[in-house]
Amino acid sequence: MSSEASAAISVSVWDGGRSPYAVNSKKFGMWLFIISDSLTFSALLFAYTYSRVSNPNWPTPFHFSPSIIFSTIMTFCLLSSSLTMVMAVHSMNHGNRKAATLWILATMAGGGAFVVLHLSEWMNLINNEHVTAFANPWGVPLFGGTFFALTGLHMTHVVLGLIYLGIIAQAVIRGKFRAVDVEVAGLYWHFVDLVWMFIFPLVYLMSAKI
Amino acid sequence: MSTHTEDVLHAGANIGTFAKVWIALLVLTLGEVLLAYEQVPTTIMLTILIGASIIKAALIIAYFMHLKFERLSLFLTLFPMLIFCIVLMLIFLGDATRIPHMRPPV
Repeated sequence: MSSEASAAISVSVWDGGRSPYAVNSKKFGMWLFIISDSLTFSALLFAYTYSRVSNPNWPTPFHFSPSIIFSTIMTFCLLSSSLTMVMAVHSMNHGNRKAATLWILATMAGGGAFVVLHLSEWMNLINNEHVTAFANPWGVPLFGGTFFALTGLHMTHVVLGLIYLGIIAQAVIRGKFRAVDVEVAGLYWHFVDLVWMFIFPLVYLMSAKI
Repeated sequence: MSTHTEDVLHAGANIGTFAKVWIALLVLTLGEVLLAYEQVPTTIMLTILIGASIIKAALIIAYFMHLKFERLSLFLTLFPMLIFCIVLMLIFLGDATRIPHMRPPV
């Protein structure tokens, strides 16, 4: 057998001899998930916006204090957690697993603070403004329905992200997983942050009551 | 080529760049909050908010999600389709704006 023929046999077509994207398959998989999830959130944001446009008496229940202040702090938490996630990937790329674990834990702290603040904001809306998913004092039930669906799905993503990061953190400190695994988790976390960059202005700031 | 990705350092981004992007995102967010506080007219506010959100999303995707440093083919595969599908959702905007005028007077 010639050397060329043996080289052809040893390289499988699945090894990606000519990789068009030059990215790890896990990373590409996460990108595909992110793109499809973007469409889900886009559909919900459009549903919220169209419901708003078709209802002239759309409620504006978000007082500057506490709703807008709370949601601004939540935005700060998520943005800062994205920075700490980037630092985790950076540390992992330099082989510093201890620092990477600490940065992931800092990211989880930011995400945890976001969830706590978001739940208290929900409670404020439910208890003080009497808004539920099916009714509110302004007689526009679509507001509660679209608001809780959109922010609820986002909060679910944040909670799942916290679990995901927890699994990654404990594996990284025990010497398991590689830098690309942390990077893929980072992609998911940045996506959660990215979605909030649209929900915060379009839902909270557009319905602010000063 | 090493089998361990930990040995591979990503080119094109450093801690200083990430910090600058983070500050830019915070400044844009504070600008948005200021608009809400000043109660700018709805159409102007919506236009500025969507514009600022798209800039923030682009910064996150380019730097935090590292897409700026990936191959162009990855971007071209993922994003034109996404943007096209999102724009398609605008098809119902006409219906949404017509509904208030179709309601019988109370």
